[in-house]
Amino acid sequence: MLIMISQLIIGGVDLAAAFLLMFGLWRMSSPVTAPSGILVAGVGMLVAVVASFLYVFTVDAAARPHLPANIALAAGALVLGAGVAWWSGRKVAITAMPQAVALFNGMGGGAAAAIAAVELFGNRAQGWVASIVTLLGALIGTVSLSGSVIAWAKLDELLKKPLHVPGLQLFNGAILLAGLAVGGYLALSLAGALTPLLPNTILIEIFFGMAVLYGILMTLPIGGADMPVVISVYNAFTGLAVGLEGFVLQNPALMIAGMLVGAAGLLLTLLMAKAMNRSVVKILFSSFGPAAKQKQGAIKGSLKPVQPSDAGIFMHYAKSVIIVPGYGLAAAQGQGKLYDFVKLLQAGGVKVTFAIHPVAGRMPGQMDVLLAEAGVPYDLIKQLADVNDEFKTADVALVIGANDVVNPDARTVKSSPIYGMPILNADQAKKCYVVKRGDGKGYAGIVNPLFYADDTYMVYGDAAAVCVAMTEAVRGLGAAAA
Amino acid sequence: MTFQITIGGFVALYIFMVTAFAGWVIIGRVPAILHTPLMSGSNFVHGIVVVGGIYTLLNASSPLEQLIGFFAVLLGSGNAAGGFAVTQRMLAMFQPSGAPAGGHTKHGAHKAHGTARSVSKAARAQAKKS
Repeated sequence: MLIMISQLIIGGVDLAAAFLLMFGLWRMSSPVTAPSGILVAGVGMLVAVVASFLYVFTVDAAARPHLPANIALAAGALVLGAGVAWWSGRKVAITAMPQAVALFNGMGGGAAAAIAAVELFGNRAQGWVASIVTLLGALIGTVSLSGSVIAWAKLDELLKKPLHVPGLQLFNGAILLAGLAVGGYLALSLAGALTPLLPNTILIEIFFGMAVLYGILMTLPIGGADMPVVISVYNAFTGLAVGLEGFVLQNPALMIAGMLVGAAGLLLTLLMAKAMNRSVVKILFSSFGPAAKQKQGAIKGSLKPVQPSDAGIFMHYAKSVIIVPGYGLAAAQGQGKLYDFVKLLQAGGVKVTFAIHPVAGRMPGQMDVLLAEAGVPYDLIKQLADVNDEFKTADVALVIGANDVVNPDARTVKSSPIYGMPILNADQAKKCYVVKRGDGKGYAGIVNPLFYADDTYMVYGDAAAVCVAMTEAVRGLGAAAA
Repeated sequence: MTFQITIGGFVALYIFMVTAFAGWVIIGRVPAILHTPLMSGSNFVHGIVVVGGIYTLLNASSPLEQLIGFFAVLLGSGNAAGGFAVTQRMLAMFQPSGAPAGGHTKHGAHKAHGTARSVSKAARAQAKKS
């Protein structure tokens, strides 16, 4: 009776949880409903976790003597894991968000791999279908774990240079094939179709070892700028692994939530890669040599430096200003100071818009989050496709800490490494101010002809300091008039 | 009588197919402004793996299985709790014009939620335009 009731409750709660997770993700797709979407999904997760302790009534006979210890271990792991992750998730800086997501994602992959490991070591999977699915989930989950850890280390700048070894891709391919071969051999052995040369436990260890190695070696050659796409790929991987292990455990909630993320992650990866004008296959499987010397379009004109105060006052008298923020703004922690300046302009009747390039920041959409953190309302923030025609009529384009995303060479110079990338048309504004630390080049390492254009003026300095100087200049103006 | 269900290979494929389609459609309509919170949010959703971890650990019958199961729950709960914490923090920061600035505190997030609903009409109209 108790067994029946517990199964009924778990079944019902998991059904509700699967719905809430899906509904929550759906609500997350608009800024208006998103904050409630994550809460809805959170409720689903919480009830599913609480209900999962009802599994104590249906444990295998072999595990029954260990039950008290297992319950204590489960509760301990839950409190420890959730506690540490919650604390670090609350504390982490918004600029460090991509790393945090990578790390939490790796944990999910590791959990799926660990579930698979228990199934494999205990030889619990019944039949060859279950064995193969378990092994596949183990492989994907483990690659996601080790790959995500490398991605985290790269984004956290613990690992600085991408690894370039000739023939590494070939070696990686060989490792993957060898891993799959060991997996296939193991599946046959687990199904009792053959007597293995090595004990199954050793084979399982070799299998996991190869998966870990593959995840590490696959991620090491990829450059830091491509990491968001890689994290998104591993996010989809973890989802897939969770879905597959859900099938092995015969748990539909895991299957649904896992596959939902698998598909969503895949689409998100494609969207991001498209925004960056890169192909996913190229990012993942081509080890770039040192960037080849590219032919540069002829540069005409000169750099014209101006004082921040002049720029600030000019914008105060403009009708409309479009701001193009880049990672340099976030690196200087200048978002709040920039918004102070914007509020001052708005008070003077200037129409201000933020134009966000899809790859601004370290992760697609990260600049939106950074501006939101500073309190910028989301209806002032416009995306590339919506804002690009407005540059023609704008009085001023203010480029802060961005470079390659406003390089007009992307439109016309075929030999440029960024040729074909969609850019923000800052060069079409009547006047353009560029806030930069110095004359350095952007991430792509190329000179930006926009900076030399007739109507472009350079404001040198730290983005935050420049914003403060501009604000003070405009305030001083008001004080002088009064 | 038991409520134990068995999901065979083909039923599983049907579930996977329908769910994958749903995931694709749901993400397809997300504006670029939400890409980062969404990656984090979907990262949270696969934290459900902790439920599988708990099931596995409760059924562990050897020290090795207990050890691995412990890590499954530890990592899975980290995925879920961390994913929720960062996603909720990011989403609470998205404010429409006219809302009180700063969504850092829990209180602020709560307030923003109320305001968001009151201006949802305007925002929806804007969304339609774009």
